[in-house]
Formats: sequence, C-alpha cells, structure tokens
Amino acid sequence: MTVAANFDDETWCKGKPLPAVTPESEAFWTGGRDQKLMIARCGDCGRLHHPPLPICPHCQSWSVAPVPVSGEGVVVSYTINHQAWLPNMQVPFAIAYVSLCEQSDVWLLSNIVDCRPDQVQIGMRVRCRFVQHEDVWLPVFFPAGDDT
Amino acid sequence: MIYGEKNVAITGIGLSEVGRPAQASPRELALRACLAAIQDAGLNRSDIDGIATWPGFLGGTSGMSDVAIHDIRIGLDLKLNWFTSGRETPGQFGAIFDAIGAINAGFARHVLVFRAISEASARKRNRNVILYGVQERASGIHEWLAPFGAVSPVSWFALYAQRHFYEFGTTREQLAHIALNARRNARRNPAAPMRDPLDLDTYLSARMISSPLCLFDCDVPIDAAVALVLSHKDAARDLRNQVLRFEAIGSAIRRGDTWFRPDDLTETSSHDAAAMMWSRTDLTPAAVDVAELYDGFSILTLLWLEALGFCGRGESGPYVEGGHRIALDGELPLNTHGGQLSGGRLHGLGFAHEACVQLWGRGGARQVQPQPRVAVAAAGLGVGFTGCLLIVRD
Repeated sequence: MTVAANFDDETWCKGKPLPAVTPESEAFWTGGRDQKLMIARCGDCGRLHHPPLPICPHCQSWSVAPVPVSGEGVVVSYTINHQAWLPNMQVPFAIAYVSLCEQSDVWLLSNIVDCRPDQVQIGMRVRCRFVQHEDVWLPVFFPAGDDT
Repeated sequence: MIYGEKNVAITGIGLSEVGRPAQASPRELALRACLAAIQDAGLNRSDIDGIATWPGFLGGTSGMSDVAIHDIRIGLDLKLNWFTSGRETPGQFGAIFDAIGAINAGFARHVLVFRAISEASARKRNRNVILYGVQERASGIHEWLAPFGAVSPVSWFALYAQRHFYEFGTTREQLAHIALNARRNARRNPAAPMRDPLDLDTYLSARMISSPLCLFDCDVPIDAAVALVLSHKDAARDLRNQVLRFEAIGSAIRRGDTWFRPDDLTETSSHDAAAMMWSRTDLTPAAVDVAELYDGFSILTLLWLEALGFCGRGESGPYVEGGHRIALDGELPLNTHGGQLSGGRLHGLGFAHEACVQLWGRGGARQVQPQPRVAVAAAGLGVGFTGCLLIVRD
C-alpha cells in the first residue's frame, strides 16, 4: 500500500487517546496484527454489526463472533477537525463515518489518511490500513484511488 | 389513553447569575436558582417534597455537574418524599419526565428540577478539560471516538452537518442564521453573556473548529444554574403564577442511534421524540407561538426544526435563510433568549426556562408579541438522547 509522502503515522497518533481494550473489542483493536479488519458477525443470520455486542441485534442469536472483512468502504460523512483538543494533537485531520462494502449499514468512525484533508469527499471509496501504537492496531482508511 | 403530563404544571422558575466565570460557587448558584424558583411559585421550602435533576453529581474536572441533590436538600432544609438523578435519559429534559412521573404516581406534589453547570470556571483552570476529561485510555462511548481524535462533540455533530449539506444543499450562509438570530435575541437579554453584534461576514470568516462548524456554531461555556418547580395541576391553581401546563411530552426512541453509531445522520431519534409528542395532543406545529430548540451546536437546531415538523426533511436551511421567519417578530420566534450559542450553555433546561419566561410575558425587550400561549422546547442531540415538551398557558 502506498502512503502519501506528507502523511506520517507517528504524527497522526500524537494527542489521540488509545482505546481501553475489552474482551469484546479485543478482536477489533488487535486484528491489524494480522492485517485483518475484524467485525462482529452473527453465525445464524450472517449479518454484521459494530461496535461488537454479545447478541446479534438483528436476530437475537448468541452465536456472534468476529470475522475478517475486506476493509473496503465508502465515506458517509466527514469533518476536518482544526482544533487541538488535547496536548500534542496535530491538526488538521479528517474524521469520517465509513460504511463497509459488505453491509452498508455498518459504519466505522475513523480517520481518512494518506491524503490532504481537503481531498476527502462524501461517497469517496476508501480502504483500510492499520496504525500500530502500543498494544492496538487502529484501523484507518485511505482513498482507494479508483473513483471515476 | 391517559397522558399524565397533562396533570402537571410549571409553577415557578429561577435563574442564577450567569458568569464566565461566576463569582459564586456552583453550589451557591444552584441554591440561589432553586430558592428563586420556589419563591416565584409562591411556595415555601416546606412545600417542596421532591427533587429531580439531570445528570446528577459527576465531579471530576469538567465542570459539567458539580452539585449533588444532597447539597440542595440539606442547604434548603427540604423534607422530601422522593428524589432522583441520572444521565441515561431521553435528553437533558430527563429530570422533567421523571418529575412528571413522580407527581402522577403520588410520590410528590411539588418537585424542584434543577441544572447547575460550571464549565466556564473549569476552562479557566485547565484548557483541556472538555467532556472527554483526562483518561489514560478511552472507555465507554469514547472507546469508539477518541482514538480517532473525535474527542469533542463538535466533531461528532459536524458529521451530521456535512451530511445535511451534501444531501440537501444546505449552506453555511443558511446555517449562520441560527447563530445570528441567537445573537440578535441575546442583545435584548441582559443575562446573556454574548451581546456584541454579530453579522454574516464575521460568521463566515470565523475560525473553523470542525468543518463545516465554525466558532459561532458552538455554544458558550458558562457558570450558572436554572431551576423549575413542577406541581400537580390541582396544587397549581391557587399559586402565584398563571398555570403553565404540559400539553404533551416526547421521549421516544425507536432506532439504533447512539453517540458513536447513528442509523441516519439527517433523520435521528429527535424524530421519534417529536412524533410521540404530537401523538399526545390535538395541537399541531401551526399552533406553536414560540420555539426554544437545543443549539449546543447550530446544526442541532436545524435538525429539531425538521423533526418537529416546522418544515420538511432537508428544508431547514431554506426555512431559516435570511432569519426573518425565526426572528422575534417572525412566524416562529426561535431561541428568544439567545439560545446556548449566545445566552450560554445551560445545557438543556434553559430552553424550558425561557419557554416559561415567554408564556408568562416576562421577556422584557425580547418578549414575543402578542404574549404566546403555546411553546415548544427541545433538548438533546439526535444520538439516542432527545426529548421535547409542549407547554401551554390556558
């Protein structure tokens, strides 16, 4: 995967708090170790949901487990944050809701990276990559580059 | 069907000093607002037999909620039958809904509802206090937001605004009128902290905080407290003020919205709350004389205008454009005290207070004429955290 020369993962991480990983969210936050975006899937109805719950909110089945998805998605909305809310936070950066190509009602709040914030658009196709920091692999998204 | 809110009246209101920061402590502000509300109702402290507050004591460094029920109970020497607080409610009006329930259940007859906030002092102490606070690791709702730098609600709601712009062609020039209207009204409100003139050019050239929301789209942290007395209608008739009755309330949520995962960015749980409210009354949006709609961020007011049916889905931008329709002399006077954008962030309950001010004709230079009979107030944010009230003067 190509990374824009002006985008630096270490800078991006500054001032952004890491998640308190729980047993239910561990697969999501550590799947990047194996380059996998892990999303909760129901073993009975097959539907995905996020963030992970112990029960399927669609069919009430208990057989929910994380599965790898493609990591491809579409930007549903975005904002360019210009305010450094916490010490060392580097601005501006793009925050977005990304809907997953496997199931459009599954949205991840994440960042759009490897491009200038002002290049982000609603409807833009994006792909997942991971930024490792301490014990978590944060899934972020970059432009898929095949928009026509 | 019995609609219990129709048995309950607002009989008194109180507002403390509004400071940036205030001289008085959070407890003093809260005690002063509560006493003012009791006196305004024409009641004695011994008449109050219940307290409901949102969100209740939180502590920490944010200034979000530093006053506990026992501060008021002991300070005012109240003898209570019932009290409650809690933050997982249908928006910041949760304490009002609780009080209505308690009065109908006969737990209490005169319930004090208060909200105290000291976010201006908190920011003087530490610039980085924001709601997120200082956690080592992000947990709860923040687990899904903070790792991506979405630590401020302005970023969360900017996502709603950007989508509204995209779907419906809403513009910053249109959104600006929520802020400009608030400032125009605040200039007629002596208690409002933001009273300098604000024009469209100043708005458009303001610092962007989280696009498309700029500085003037965000409400203003203050130190203040506000209180209401809610009474059973049978106990309200002989009191000092004309009876203001709850005609209907809306607290519903029928979709999966949460802080970190909305079902839809332009039609939210606000629509559920509004639909419930209109289902409990014969009144329609056309009957509303004045609207006090949450503006923690300007986009939320646009979403409430649509949810409550004052305009169609996606039409709130054109609806407020130019600002005439929502002005004090317009067809729907909006946020008549300056909202939270210019009147200060009382965080919800201030909108119910201002609805009463207008219905009782106490607005002074900002009073809507003729004196309104029907007011709607809404609080909350469309993220599974919304409630609304219809208040009438018979």
